[in-house]
Amino acid sequence: MSGKNKHHIDYGTYILVWLALLAFTTITVTVAGISLGRYTLFTALLIAAVKSALVINIFMHIRFDEPIFKAFLGISGMTLLIIFLLTFLDFIYR
Amino acid sequence: MADTVAGLPVQHAEKSFYQQSTNKYSGILSWLLTTDHKRIGIMYLAAIGFFFFVGAVIGLLMRLELIAPGRQIMDAQTYNSFFTLHGVIMIFLFIIPGLPAIFGNFFLPIQIGARDVAFPRLNLLSWYIYMIGAALVLVSLFLPGGPIDTGWTFYIPYSVRSTTNVSMAIFAAFVLGFSSILTGINFVTTTHRLRAPGMSFFKMPLFVWATYATAWIQIIATPVIGITILLVIIERLFGVGIFDPALGGDPILFQHMFWIYSHPAVYIMILPAMGVVSEIIPTFARRTIFGYKAIAMSSLAIAFVGYLVWAHHMFTSGMSDTARWIFSLLTFIVALPSGVKIFNWVATMYKGSIDPQPPFLWVMNFIFLFSIGGLTGLVLGSLATNIHLHDTYFVVAHFHYVMFGGTGTIFFAAMHYWFPKMFGKMYNIKLARIAVLLFFVGFNLLYFPKFIMGYMGMPRRYYDYLPQFEALQEISTVGSWIVVGTLFFILGYLIHALLKGKKATSNPWGGVTLEWHIASPPSMENFAEIPTVTREPYDFSQLKEMKNE
Ligand code: HEM
Repeated sequence: MSGKNKHHIDYGTYILVWLALLAFTTITVTVAGISLGRYTLFTALLIAAVKSALVINIFMHIRFDEPIFKAFLGISGMTLLIIFLLTFLDFIYR
Repeated sequence: MADTVAGLPVQHAEKSFYQQSTNKYSGILSWLLTTDHKRIGIMYLAAIGFFFFVGAVIGLLMRLELIAPGRQIMDAQTYNSFFTLHGVIMIFLFIIPGLPAIFGNFFLPIQIGARDVAFPRLNLLSWYIYMIGAALVLVSLFLPGGPIDTGWTFYIPYSVRSTTNVSMAIFAAFVLGFSSILTGINFVTTTHRLRAPGMSFFKMPLFVWATYATAWIQIIATPVIGITILLVIIERLFGVGIFDPALGGDPILFQHMFWIYSHPAVYIMILPAMGVVSEIIPTFARRTIFGYKAIAMSSLAIAFVGYLVWAHHMFTSGMSDTARWIFSLLTFIVALPSGVKIFNWVATMYKGSIDPQPPFLWVMNFIFLFSIGGLTGLVLGSLATNIHLHDTYFVVAHFHYVMFGGTGTIFFAAMHYWFPKMFGKMYNIKLARIAVLLFFVGFNLLYFPKFIMGYMGMPRRYYDYLPQFEALQEISTVGSWIVVGTLFFILGYLIHALLKGKKATSNPWGGVTLEWHIASPPSMENFAEIPTVTREPYDFSQLKEMKNE
């Protein structure tokens, strides 16, 4: 969106990221099969967080964008985090 | 005819936007394919207004059923479908899109000195998506299986087990969500990118601030309901155990996800309304708004804190005790930014020279009804009283006071405030004043008894009741006749004004925000020349020079 477009990402990187995303999905499915007790959810969320970070930074080009977009995304991310924390106040103590 | 915006002459274009088309067509196609934000706003008005009347008539029929104990005009299952439909229509088709899609579309670009929204085509697409969503609701009524009967909250496990057309109806809500998200994106971008020179963030009218904060909620919260709805559909179609405990799911997780959207959605409903109030009060008190920055910031604060209180809808659902007291505490905190607004409005009126025109009277109506709604919200937000009042008529009364008495009332205020600008015609002021009074009386007759009945233990969503509620139920039903009668009365004199009304001047109320500097109705591009803004948004000293044109 910045119009400068000086950060060109080559196809190799895209393919690498895509493979990484596939790998993470496989791990998520595998981990769901192993009984990790209370860490199951935590692991799944961690993997999901890494995956979305990859998508946001590379596929969506946010890494190379104007600060205002980073701020927007940061605020949305913070909101999501708070929502998770508050939901866990129920799940953990139920 | 020359007009001045902040000292600069602005030429009126001769033709209004009704006479100019953004495409090569004329007639109905020039509307259906338009990218003019004002025409799209009016198309939303037609659609949303229609559904509002449908919802109101369903409400009227429910009240008729409740006029006496036992079966009157419908059976229990029909009543179940009626309150569900009434809720779905009023929430998803009327009150959530209402103010942003109609008045936000029409006035946000004008108030910041722009020619249109940032993405005019996307804007038209949002309207079509809205219409598709509405059509899906209608189709779901007539397919085998019958109309949805889960209540507008679609609670699990019933919504997975009900044999009615749940999937299609909730898919409609999913589609409507997209319309809302796209509108939000459009408004955020417009506010950031298309402000006229000199229109800094702190020179924006407060309606723009409120609509901007709302747009953020639309963008961040709406996807959550989308995901939740898809999960319910997957669960219904494929029997995957996500929410239904019989399949190993977690029903409280559904309630969390539902309210993570639907509570912020309450602020999607009320924030633009508060923005309208902040426009109307200075205009009719002839005073600059008191505490401009505090009001602007409280909109953002409400938008943010609104995310943190959703589980106060779930105190009796079996949530953990820790979550319960924390959410109860957070709930009380939302009252603070709302209080900031109320006090600033009152301070604005203090020593103002008040001109009680219909829009102002609607706002007075709002302050009264919304305060009752808000304060009874605190009663429900306290853990102990919530146990007693949960799922009773007290809740029904509370949310009608905030949604209908709050946002609904402001919908009428905005309609009466901006009608001359949108249509270039003036309605009968005397009739409009009578309407406010009738509405006020009818509204309180309709809903106040519900507080008492709720306190006495009358559960919500019941089509029958014990004899001791009969008198109060009757009063409530009479109230519904007055309210719905008033709605048709308002519709009547507005349509009459449209067809036969006097021509409105460009600034009938003496407002000073940018929309009052241009013709009524505006030209297609709003401003012949984009204005340069030098004044504060509510600087009434410019009124003199505006009148001297
Ligand atoms: C026009 C006059 C209206 C009348 C006569 C009316 C009447 C009613 C009645 C009788 C109920 C069912 C109460 C129960 O059995 O639990 C109800 C529920 C409801 N109403 Fe209204 N109402 C009106 C306007 C509105 C407006 C303007 C809104 C929203 C802005 C609204 C939103 C709702 C919602 C969300 C429910 C709950 C539905 C559910 O339980 O799933 N109503 N209303």
